[in-house]
Amino acid sequence: MGLMTVFILTGAVAIAAALGLLFARNAVYAVLFLVLNMFALAVLYLLLGAPFIAMVQIVVYAGAIMVLFLFVVMLLGAEELKEDGGPIGWQRPLALVLGVVLLAELAYFVFAASATKARLLPSPDGFGDPHAVGLTLFQKYLLPFEVTSVLLLVAMVGAIVLVRNGKRTADEPTGSDAD
Amino acid sequence: MLFETVAHGGPTFFQLAPLVVFIPLLGATINFLFGRRLGERGVATVAVTAAGTAFLISVLQWLSLRAHPEGATQVVVEWITIGDFQVRWAQLIDTLSVTMMLVVSGVGTLIHIYATAYMHYDVRYKNDPRRYARFFGFFNLFIAMMMILVTGDSYLTLFVGWEGVGLCSFLLIGFWYEYDILGRPSTANARAAKKAFVVNRVGDFGFLLAIFTLFWYFGTVEFHGVFAKVHEVAAAHPQVLLAVTLFLLLGVTGKSAQIPLFVWLPDAMAGPTPVSALIHAATMVTAGVYLITRSAELYMAVPQAQAIVALVGGLTALVAATMAVAQYDIKKVLAYSTISQLGFMVAAVGMGAFVAGMFHLVTHAFFKALLFLGSGSVIIALERAHHPLPDDPEAQALAREHGHGGHDAHGHDDHEHGHEPFDPQDMRNMGGLLRRIPVTSWTYIIGGLALAGIPPLAGFWSKDEILLEAKHLQPVVYGLLTAAAFLTAFYVTRQLVMVFLGRPRSEAAAHAIESPKAMTGVLVTLAGLSLVGGFLNAPGVHAFAHWLEHTLPEVETLPFDLVVASVSTGLALLSMLTAWSLYKGVRAWVEWQQDPLERILGPGLFGFLHHAWHWDDFYQAVFVRGYDALAAFLAHTVDWAFWHDWFHETIIAGTYRRLSRFLAWSVDLGVIDRLANELAGAVKGLALVARKLQSGYVRNYALSVFVGVVLMLGYLLWVVR
Amino acid sequence: MVPTSFYIFLAALLFTIGAVAVLFRRNTLVIYMAVELMLNAANLAFVAFARQFEALDGQLFVFFVMTVAAAEVAVGLALIVTIFRTKHSVDIDTMRELKG
Repeated sequence: MGLMTVFILTGAVAIAAALGLLFARNAVYAVLFLVLNMFALAVLYLLLGAPFIAMVQIVVYAGAIMVLFLFVVMLLGAEELKEDGGPIGWQRPLALVLGVVLLAELAYFVFAASATKARLLPSPDGFGDPHAVGLTLFQKYLLPFEVTSVLLLVAMVGAIVLVRNGKRTADEPTGSDAD
Repeated sequence: MLFETVAHGGPTFFQLAPLVVFIPLLGATINFLFGRRLGERGVATVAVTAAGTAFLISVLQWLSLRAHPEGATQVVVEWITIGDFQVRWAQLIDTLSVTMMLVVSGVGTLIHIYATAYMHYDVRYKNDPRRYARFFGFFNLFIAMMMILVTGDSYLTLFVGWEGVGLCSFLLIGFWYEYDILGRPSTANARAAKKAFVVNRVGDFGFLLAIFTLFWYFGTVEFHGVFAKVHEVAAAHPQVLLAVTLFLLLGVTGKSAQIPLFVWLPDAMAGPTPVSALIHAATMVTAGVYLITRSAELYMAVPQAQAIVALVGGLTALVAATMAVAQYDIKKVLAYSTISQLGFMVAAVGMGAFVAGMFHLVTHAFFKALLFLGSGSVIIALERAHHPLPDDPEAQALAREHGHGGHDAHGHDDHEHGHEPFDPQDMRNMGGLLRRIPVTSWTYIIGGLALAGIPPLAGFWSKDEILLEAKHLQPVVYGLLTAAAFLTAFYVTRQLVMVFLGRPRSEAAAHAIESPKAMTGVLVTLAGLSLVGGFLNAPGVHAFAHWLEHTLPEVETLPFDLVVASVSTGLALLSMLTAWSLYKGVRAWVEWQQDPLERILGPGLFGFLHHAWHWDDFYQAVFVRGYDALAAFLAHTVDWAFWHDWFHETIIAGTYRRLSRFLAWSVDLGVIDRLANELAGAVKGLALVARKLQSGYVRNYALSVFVGVVLMLGYLLWVVR
Repeated sequence: MVPTSFYIFLAALLFTIGAVAVLFRRNTLVIYMAVELMLNAANLAFVAFARQFEALDGQLFVFFVMTVAAAEVAVGLALIVTIFRTKHSVDIDTMRELKG
């Protein structure tokens, strides 16, 4: 089955990229690994009949957000950091054990639940295309959509306020944007 | 023109009736608020105008009633509404209430005019000219309250006025609350006011009980509603009407100074003389007579009550007359005389002779007001001669002429040093005033003769009518009243001789000064009314009876009885002759010696009469002392020793103290506090350990969350399995 | 066709790697990226279930998650920049003023 092959290959890439993120010494590498991971996930979305989400994943996530990360990493010069356990090195082995336990638990859930065992049927025509997504978004989810726009605005304002030079905001006359 | 309009069935003036209350009220308000700035002339103008306007409106009511004798009910305001029970403040305009309105506002206006001059001197002799405005504020307030009383269309409204006039009486008796009658610092006047108020309270208690009973059995307190149900209630509960009428009688004995509650009236003479004339002779004290007349339908349904009322009135008339014969104070004589005359009225209305009672009320208002105002004029005449005021040119001129009293440049605060203060009200200090103050004297003599019942003066006609009715209805009361009439003529003659005839017995009497025109004019007017007032209801005329016919049930007039008239006149003349012969010797005295009557009766009996049968002493001993003893017992023994010392201190406080000690030491400190402290210690110990968990490493906290997630999933697995 | 459980397991694996990375790394920016990885894992599960039950709501939820993530990244990075100004470091272990 070609699809299974594609899934296995893409999944392997995604896992490898995630592990790369986990172990990368350089933060820039970590960013790139994550971008790779996101590309892999976009392919998986296509497999799952979600072309719109796949496109958004690449354009917004991999494109815009990760570039922002990359920008900040380089701006702060935080590529290299001493990556030992630090003052709480004891928690690393504990975290590994816990991760394994969590994975085991999740695996038990995934494979013991009957509903997800069946192989997927071919998706119906037009499922997940931008037209269908758009209709649902602007009909069923109109209010949440509008609320997110407000959320983004607030986030934007918040980000601007946070990074402005704190010293000059206090006694600067209002209406002046000379900085 | 006005008369024409109304008399020929034109528009009526009934809707103006509320103004008789509100205009005097307005006058009082103005004088209270702005009196000090208005000055004496302004205050007097406001007060007299208010009273005069009330009189004018009363006259308009009278004119309206002539065309519409059925009268009207003028609703002022809805007052009380509780479920079905309703009381309005409504004014009942009928012939009876308008009679009272005319008397109150007419005589009231005259006395207002008189008082403008009288109080001018009084406030100066008491060294407080600023109190002038206050006096007229109270006076106008009294007129307003009296109008509420006489126009009320229910017992409750009447009661409001009843209490209102009681308040004004209290305020005016105690007007000089810090001086006694001679102007010395004292609480005597305040005590007299308090006495009047408290004694009236006993009567008001009876009145209130009557109102409650009426409400309970009749369901209403409005006159017409009550009267409509009299026969129905009389058939169902025969005792109720007797109770109501006797409770009302208790109220009447308080307000109208009848036995046994008359004791306040002689003390009420502490008020300025216009007050005595207006409130304690002409108007307020007749409220009781008005109340019985108004309740005529109730009383006529209960003959026993009528007999009791008549007997109380007759006894009061006689007993008070005996007291009057032994008084030296010119106003005290008149006070007891007023009680006696009120007894005549109460006896008349008690017998069912309502017209005669009301008739005597009217004529008595004329001649008793005249006598009181005359006595005030006498008092002021003596005061002015004794203490010439700096702003009294007449008196100053006289003082210079006789070299007397000129030292008194600052009013009268430098009292006689070393000897008894001069009492201008004591008749023993008078004598020979006829030549010095002729207008006052002659008008006083006319009033005195009217009181004595000499024809054809007003008092004769009204008293004769009462005697005539009494002879037919209650022979016992007739006897009492005849005896009282005999004594009346006696004490009147005694007073006239002592005050006006013979030689002056004091410096002041020798130089008495006639009062100003505002006072003598009023005296002359009232003397005229006393002369002709009797013809209002003289035999053959009976205008007054026909007038009241529209309001009162069963008005009938008895034919003139020559026997009754000649007996009373003859007795009066005989009595005057006796008094004359007894007191003619006094005329020659230059200073007072023993009272001729005392020589005959002996000091014991005379003193007994002089002290009003020791009635006050009896009340003092029985009620006041008894009450004091009871109060002392309750206060010291019951309240303090028993309740406070034993019950509260020993039982309650002691038990409580022991209990609280136990609770505080054993329960609170031992259990609750200890528990709280141990708990706090445990928390502290735990916190010392737990704070180490708060390491400050973000990844540590993330690890906690991670552990939580793993554990929760494990739990869910265990459950799902 | 690939069974849904495969996708879900893949999502679980990615999520666990992200969580372990959060506990492992000291670089605040990398930790942030690990959180993004966890969000992506969750998104994958959403999309897989949407496919399984043929309901578009799952996909739309992913859309909203992305929006919120964008907002969170904007604010979070601004915070990191601000902290860096005083600490001159992006080591998360240096931020431990709040401790017991």
